[in-house]
Amino acid sequence: MQRLVCKRLGLGILRLSDQPGGSLQYCANVLRPAALFASKVPEQPTWVPIDHDRVPIDHDSLPEVPEIDLALVEQLERISLVEFNNEAGLRRLREAVKFANQMHVVDTEGVEPMDSVLEDRECYLRSDEVTDGNCVEDVMSNASKVEEQYFVAPPGNIPMKKRDKEHLSGILNTPTDGDKAS
Amino acid sequence: MAVSTTKIAILNLALPMRLKHIQSSLRNSKFIYACSFCGSSHQRSFTKYSSVKSNQRVNTDGGEKLSRKEWKSVIGLEIHAQIKSASKLFSGAGTQFGMSPNTQVSLFDAAFPGTLPVLNQKCVQAAVRTAKALGCHINRVSKFDRKHYFYADMPAGYQITQQRHPLAVGGSLTYVFQCSSTSRVERRSARLIQIQLEQDSGKSLHDLENGISLIDLNRAGVGLMEIVTAPDFTSGDDAASFVKDLRDILVALGTCDGRMAEGSMRVDANVSVHLPGDPLGIRTEVKNLNSTKNIRLAIDSEIQRQIEVLENGGVIENETRSFHAEDGQTVAMRDKEKLLDYRFLPEPNLPPLVIHLDGSTVSSGSSSLYVTLEEAECGKDKVLLPEQQRIILETKYGVPLIHSVVLVRHGLFDLFEVLVTHHNCDTRATAAILKTSFMSFLDDQKEEVTRNPVTTEQLAELIHIFQRGEISSSSLSIVLCELSTNSHHSCQSIIEERGLWMESNNDIILAAIEEVLAKNPQNVKSYKKGKVNQLKVFTTKVMKILEGKASASHIQSLIKDKLDK
Repeated sequence: MQRLVCKRLGLGILRLSDQPGGSLQYCANVLRPAALFASKVPEQPTWVPIDHDRVPIDHDSLPEVPEIDLALVEQLERISLVEFNNEAGLRRLREAVKFANQMHVVDTEGVEPMDSVLEDRECYLRSDEVTDGNCVEDVMSNASKVEEQYFVAPPGNIPMKKRDKEHLSGILNTPTDGDKAS
Repeated sequence: MAVSTTKIAILNLALPMRLKHIQSSLRNSKFIYACSFCGSSHQRSFTKYSSVKSNQRVNTDGGEKLSRKEWKSVIGLEIHAQIKSASKLFSGAGTQFGMSPNTQVSLFDAAFPGTLPVLNQKCVQAAVRTAKALGCHINRVSKFDRKHYFYADMPAGYQITQQRHPLAVGGSLTYVFQCSSTSRVERRSARLIQIQLEQDSGKSLHDLENGISLIDLNRAGVGLMEIVTAPDFTSGDDAASFVKDLRDILVALGTCDGRMAEGSMRVDANVSVHLPGDPLGIRTEVKNLNSTKNIRLAIDSEIQRQIEVLENGGVIENETRSFHAEDGQTVAMRDKEKLLDYRFLPEPNLPPLVIHLDGSTVSSGSSSLYVTLEEAECGKDKVLLPEQQRIILETKYGVPLIHSVVLVRHGLFDLFEVLVTHHNCDTRATAAILKTSFMSFLDDQKEEVTRNPVTTEQLAELIHIFQRGEISSSSLSIVLCELSTNSHHSCQSIIEERGLWMESNNDIILAAIEEVLAKNPQNVKSYKKGKVNQLKVFTTKVMKILEGKASASHIQSLIKDKLDK
């Protein structure tokens, strides 16, 4: 996969070393390292957690974490394909919702929601010419199963494995614990 | 044509469930219906998937009206029309139909990480032209969104569409409703809700025996115009007529090639039924109807199914169904997925799409492409849309709607105009000939109007001869065939050669009539008893003897005179 991306970017491949276990390491041979990899992302995180003394948040005025029942868990699993198959997962979900609810403190009266950082620009239009395609090997290179130039997929919709959720019944529908840690 | 009273008596009972089979067997017999659209009574036979209009009644001769409940059906359509562009909506891969699988796929279409969408100018122009032709209000600024759902033919896991701020809103279309069982036509109007740009998904071939699906991404990413209508339709015929007119408009504008069989245009129908006075019923969606015939059959069978379920005390579920043409039934498609949550979010990689009024609002110095409303409106090659052509035919040339619909649908408008204006052909004769003999001639030759095997001059000459009553329409078809093979012959010479001149000698006609009447004494008797349609039978037989070289109406009047003496 990395080889493919490097090839597309027009970078050469340089073989670094041959490990005893048989795996190889590759490194992209970059022509102008400084220009390509000058990143605007700072090396250390610059955000700080909320200091509750300076910014008091009245937790009672925030919306409640909704009740998470079995039907909701199944629906979330179906639309996200992420499994919540243990207590830790569910607890993390509840805490994530509680954490996100802190945003309700911010006053957004009269402020238009932002779509993206590009919303002040105009969409660029490209002329209608065939400039791409005809790269079947590249396109199929990641597929695990291929048949006569078709991708092979499970029939119909992608099935969700029906897992037994009995072990979760103890922790579902219980009220949130009293800790207010963010 | 009276319906037997026993049948009516059984239908009138509120049958318990165990006797419902009687009703269903009655369904397979013929009943007289008053067609709710044209009011004329005609025989209809019920079949499993008959196109029973939802608010139809069964009438008896005694004037006693037995009605099933008067259900009102409500249908809304979503038409997905593939834009006729060389490359896809957001990538540079080609869009040709029928190419080897997965060859017209770029890395963006296959959802490789690190690829980004770039919008195609031609697709935007096509959508703007279509929206203008359908009378929509075009939003100067429209935005793209992501619609998330998992399916193997959509590798990204989401489809880029325009849900919040579509390209165009509102609009309406005046179309000609054509009843499929009678020849009734009338103009109707349907409102449009919006037109938006979106990506197409790939194609999946389901191999149920081996339990796999084969995915071809050639179609993934091709630009689609989704045209959403208001729920203004009431039957399968209604919806099918609308789709036919819409297809003609898109093909005339050049924005879609309208080949439903190839999948360039697909229709989803939202169907619900309710009793008058009640709120709208729960709707089901019938997906991927790919021919006008299937649209009509699927919608009518779905209406029928919903009525049956509700009359038996059941409940309609809000689900997606697909249509099996072999059985003529709709079947539920996916497992019950209540609350299909698409989790719409704004597409972060695409800035808002701006449609300029004209070139003046574009920032100077920018070399990039843009789309203006001005170029969509004016066009030196301004195309006449089908409805405009029909209006011209009716107002300028006096062609009734029932004929103008056929002429326009088969692209005969230009030919008609040339024949009538340049060659001074009579409008009625021209309309009749073009609609019947000429169309069947083209069908036989498997040619299009643009590649007419016969020259316009020859056609005009033939029509003049027909106008003068010197040749019958069946002989005209023969001459057309001759002309296509030997184009250097003149019409006159062909008619002479084949002896196709209209029989002007009345004696010969009368002799033929005598022969027919002598050979069919039974039919003469039934005519004298009052069966007037025997006249037609006689006329056909006489025409056969005369090899079609006479006017049917003339023969019929001669026979009538003879028999009524």
